[in-house]
Amino acid sequence: MHTRQMHTPFHTEDILSLKAGDNLLLSGVMYTARDAAHQRWAETLEKGLPLPVGLAGQTLYYMGPSPAPPGRAVGACGPTTSRRMDRYTLPLLKQGIKAMIGKGERSPETKRDIENYGAVYLVTLGGAGALLAGRVKKVETICYPELMAEAVMRLEVEDFPAICAYDARGGDIFSLQTARYRRI
Amino acid sequence: MPIREIDVSRISAVVTRLCMTANFNLGQDVTDALKAAVEKEESPLGRQILSALLENAVIAGRDRLPLCQDCGTALVFAELGQDVHVVGGSLDDAIGEGVRQGYRQGYLRKSVVGQPFSARINSGDNTPPVIHYDIVPGDTVKIALMPKGGGAENASRLAMLKPGEGETTITDLVVRVVSEAGGTACPPLVIGLGVGASLEKAAVMAKQALMRPVGSASQDEEVAGMERRILAEVNKLGIGPLGMGGSVTALAVHACVMPCHIASLPVAVNLQCHSARHAEAII
Repeated sequence: MHTRQMHTPFHTEDILSLKAGDNLLLSGVMYTARDAAHQRWAETLEKGLPLPVGLAGQTLYYMGPSPAPPGRAVGACGPTTSRRMDRYTLPLLKQGIKAMIGKGERSPETKRDIENYGAVYLVTLGGAGALLAGRVKKVETICYPELMAEAVMRLEVEDFPAICAYDARGGDIFSLQTARYRRI
Repeated sequence: MPIREIDVSRISAVVTRLCMTANFNLGQDVTDALKAAVEKEESPLGRQILSALLENAVIAGRDRLPLCQDCGTALVFAELGQDVHVVGGSLDDAIGEGVRQGYRQGYLRKSVVGQPFSARINSGDNTPPVIHYDIVPGDTVKIALMPKGGGAENASRLAMLKPGEGETTITDLVVRVVSEAGGTACPPLVIGLGVGASLEKAAVMAKQALMRPVGSASQDEEVAGMERRILAEVNKLGIGPLGMGGSVTALAVHACVMPCHIASLPVAVNLQCHSARHAEAII
């Protein structure tokens, strides 16, 4: 299967060129955030305060790693369920995030918001944390260290595998592919 | 029959080892099921994903890295021989200490929070585990440990069906639960079913069903038939590996069945992701 090498944060033209179903290998920077960090960001924005990290143009990875064993940048680091982040996603799209990486489908509302804001949703290999650990070269905790695995971290990745699930034009790999193999 | 004494320190040590073994090494049963799935899967993308999952298992075992960053809640099924006397302290504490050491020494992720409805502060050592005890004949202690991830657990459901509803409604329920889970539960799944008994026992049976080697059929021929038919229906859904479309949505359906009240038909559907980790030892 054809694979596209891409840089993160994405250039706008790269985002627009992505099509649902594209196989990607990502290199560059992404930020981790899962439930607890999303909740704190939401509370910060509700108070009208700035976020502790600038998210304009950035890629979020819904992930909380296992601790790094000695000599490694990170432990296992596969995606968590994206759907749980749906309730926090619109304000973050307004802050300028352009790509999210996780696993599984999003709500119809979030899917529509992603399209409206010209962003993309990618999925990576759920349950392949050991394989993905080899693609993360550097990890730095940016905020909320007390949240442990749920802290916000800046990752530098190389050849990180992902599939474009929702593209910026409303294309959706889940419904497309599921319909193809459905026998009921 | 003399009473055999087992010191709690032995039990802690075994639990520690099982935490690491289960998180680093995908069982041969799951590996074989995933290899068979590569042959069966119609979708090229699905085959690509399944191959990556097998590669992940090789890397995890080789590098002693967790198969999945979600190293789970530690679920423990302990079978205590009735001719065993556990000495040296509390058995609950010993199992908890084993989990604490295993998750620390193995660099496993700590995913347990206290006061779940409010502060949700991480306990820092993945304790407490969830422990189920059974008293059985004999003078041994069997410890089975399952690190259970949150994604598939969240997508699990329990229903109190009507007495006459039977296999058709059970099948409809499983199909609905698996459909709603989609890619979020990390298919291909192992589906644990608890049928009968009572509300809480159905849920425990569904979990126990997941402890069976993946793909092993129920010893009850009628139950085994239901397992096969439900698996066939689920695999018509097209959800496929990680929800990206395909003909292998589940690897197996395992059911545990018990008698129940004339007014009831409790059914628990416990989903297990493809990283179906379990390990056991006999002391």
